[in-house]
Amino acid sequence: MPLVKGGKIADDTFTRLADDAPLPASGDILLSADRFVKDTDALLARAGKVGVIWPNSRDIDELVPHLVRLAAVALVFPTFRDGRAYSQARLLRERYAYRGELRATGQVLRDQFVFMLRAGFDSFEVKKQADAEAFAQTVKRYSVFYQPTGDGRVTALHRRMQLRHSEGVGT
Amino acid sequence: MYAYDEIDRTLVNERVSEFRDQVKRRLSGELTEDEFKILRLQNGVYLQLHAYMFRVAIPYGTLSSDQLRRLAHIARRYDRGYGHFTTRQNIQFNWIKLAELPDALADLAEVGIHAMQTSGNNMRNVTSDQWAGVAPGEIEDPRIWSELLRQHTTLHPEFSFLPRKFKIAITASDHDRAAIKIHDIGLRLVKNEKGETGFEVLVGGGLGRTPFIAKTIKHFVHGRDILSYVEAILRVYNQYGRRDNIYKARIKILVHELGIEKFSREVEEEWQHIRNSSLQIDDAVIEDIRSRFSYPAYEKLPHMPDELRQAAADPAFEAWRKNSVAPHKVQGYSIVTISLKPVGGPPGDATAEQMDALADLADKYSFGEIRVGHEQNLALPHVAKRDLPALWRALDKLGLATPNVNLISDIIACPGLDYCSLANARSIPIAQELTRRFANHELANLIGRLHINISGCINACGHHHVGHIGILGVEKNGEEVYQITIGGRADENAALGNLIGPGVKFEEVADVIEDVVEAYLALRERPEELFIDTVKRLGVEPFKERVYATR
Amino acid sequence: MTSPLEQKKIRIAGPSVVTANRTWDGAVIYRTAARNWSADLTDAAIVRNSDDAKALLAESVADDLGAVGAYIAPVQVDDDGTIAPGNLREQIRRTGVTIGLPVQV
Repeated sequence: MPLVKGGKIADDTFTRLADDAPLPASGDILLSADRFVKDTDALLARAGKVGVIWPNSRDIDELVPHLVRLAAVALVFPTFRDGRAYSQARLLRERYAYRGELRATGQVLRDQFVFMLRAGFDSFEVKKQADAEAFAQTVKRYSVFYQPTGDGRVTALHRRMQLRHSEGVGT
Repeated sequence: MYAYDEIDRTLVNERVSEFRDQVKRRLSGELTEDEFKILRLQNGVYLQLHAYMFRVAIPYGTLSSDQLRRLAHIARRYDRGYGHFTTRQNIQFNWIKLAELPDALADLAEVGIHAMQTSGNNMRNVTSDQWAGVAPGEIEDPRIWSELLRQHTTLHPEFSFLPRKFKIAITASDHDRAAIKIHDIGLRLVKNEKGETGFEVLVGGGLGRTPFIAKTIKHFVHGRDILSYVEAILRVYNQYGRRDNIYKARIKILVHELGIEKFSREVEEEWQHIRNSSLQIDDAVIEDIRSRFSYPAYEKLPHMPDELRQAAADPAFEAWRKNSVAPHKVQGYSIVTISLKPVGGPPGDATAEQMDALADLADKYSFGEIRVGHEQNLALPHVAKRDLPALWRALDKLGLATPNVNLISDIIACPGLDYCSLANARSIPIAQELTRRFANHELANLIGRLHINISGCINACGHHHVGHIGILGVEKNGEEVYQITIGGRADENAALGNLIGPGVKFEEVADVIEDVVEAYLALRERPEELFIDTVKRLGVEPFKERVYATR
Repeated sequence: MTSPLEQKKIRIAGPSVVTANRTWDGAVIYRTAARNWSADLTDAAIVRNSDDAKALLAESVADDLGAVGAYIAPVQVDDDGTIAPGNLREQIRRTGVTIGLPVQV
């Protein structure tokens, strides 16, 4: 499953660790919420970055105290029809000011890239190679956005006000 | 009329090109149907019994004559020459080809029409009063706020994959023509004691398998906060709405399971986090939207022009005027409802020829504007009273002057088993037979206001729960069976109807409805007591007795 | 989406066919014995037991590109082999709406 990061296909530096797998001494690891919650201090004490895969049915509040020490949070789309992780992503970015890697995992398809970017995701475990390759081109598809989100894009309402203001100045 | 600017046009065009690419990928096999289905639904494309069905949005029910002509063009060029107006200010085309849909969407985009989010588990077309901006006594034109919400809900990055569909309706009049109490969010525009605009917010209404009338969640949300408040409701719903069972996934179930107090506390808590964010709307933004609605330059006209006085001698004209013409906020003008319920016809259908002709009449008599109401009728919102006789003659020639608005043959019906893949029973033939039974105008007038609503399955697209008489088609042992309720209503006093007895066969439905109506005529206290009021006064029992005594 | 094959046990009560809608235009089609699709019910492969029905549906569903929403539908087969839809819904899909259309084609 290709990873898209920084707008391009990239190597995944994280290794997914099964719940019963021994903890490697070093290296970046991505593990389940259960394991993370059970063993937080030990995990964060070791060398190497830690990322957690947070289910979309689990309250994000529980994760908040650990955010500063996490290098990655992976939110889950069990199917692309299940949109709970969009809310979780916006809360992490916009309310809890999480600045680490925010990864979309699960059924991540091309036609959701723009929504995901706007919600604050910056890395994507893309299900299909062709979709990963089409990332850069797909995210350029839209230039108009009606809603303000944490990605800071200028909304249509604001752009209108700017246009109106600049017209006003000229006359 | 709201005029799209370059920004709106760009977005719609970007959407068309995205969908063109998606259709191409589907037809080449890059996308499976499982992956594609949600993408087509988000663009209004269903698969029905005979073909794909294409549902186009008419936001808050306002159309320009050019837009109506373009809908006629779609019917003619890509479909079979007609369209079907729905109960949520949409129009449906029944025979569209997937391969041609991108072209149809591109044609619509040229006149600022789209089909975004007319289906799928996202925020649907924002609906409003079809008399918005012209109804006397209206607090403010609700379309300004409808348009604000239309923009905010379009391609929302957080709420495009909700547990289930989500419908918002707005009204600004005492009499609710937008059926806000059967919506996921209903907004009633009000003024506070300082004279500021805001909304009473209702939540959790809806029909379907488990019908609920919406409950008030907050008595006053200031206009500047409406986006953040709606966003807070949606965020709670997106996270906690049920996704394990499609029949329990609507927000009404969440509200019901949590209780309105707990639900409103959740919303309140979320809202406090976001109300002072960039979602707050300043007056300039509202004024900018308002400035792109154009209002006609009305003339100063007499209340009772000679043309109208003379035409009053014609009983056919008077019959039509009495039920199709409503007061306008400007003296000398009227709002004219165009019945799409001809005797023996399918409710809500209009041919391409009728649409074109109506667009011409709108240009001639209504400042080029047409409205679409949830009762599946159209309206011309700004007709000078002196023009009423001429307009009536023209409508009559087109088969669009049936004098039955709000009468018993003004039936709301879903497409039913003739078209719909979800239906269990037919709706349209039932409606057609009823319009024949009650074709006599004197009889219909004697009965007075009476709304019949027909759905061909429990999903309730025909809003049967809130019909004064509701008819629900179900399937039993391979046969169509119809359950009949009475006492429902969709207005400001919204209520769900009650069953009057066992289901009846297809052939018997019209007889039973005739019996119900006869019972009403016998039971009413005086001629002015409407059917719905008699049912309220007496309950179901006396009707049940009379209707089922001989069955 | 769960595949229709997993949704429930397939059990048919009488002669049946597999029907779907054609992907590019949505037209009603039926699965043929030649593992193709036809717009004509008389071309449909008829199955008479649940195993055959399941097998026919499986190979029909596999053609995701050609058809949408394949499912098993009952038919009536007369002694002379005449095949007719087994219920009102399928009758309507075959012969069209039961009402006059606003515009005749």
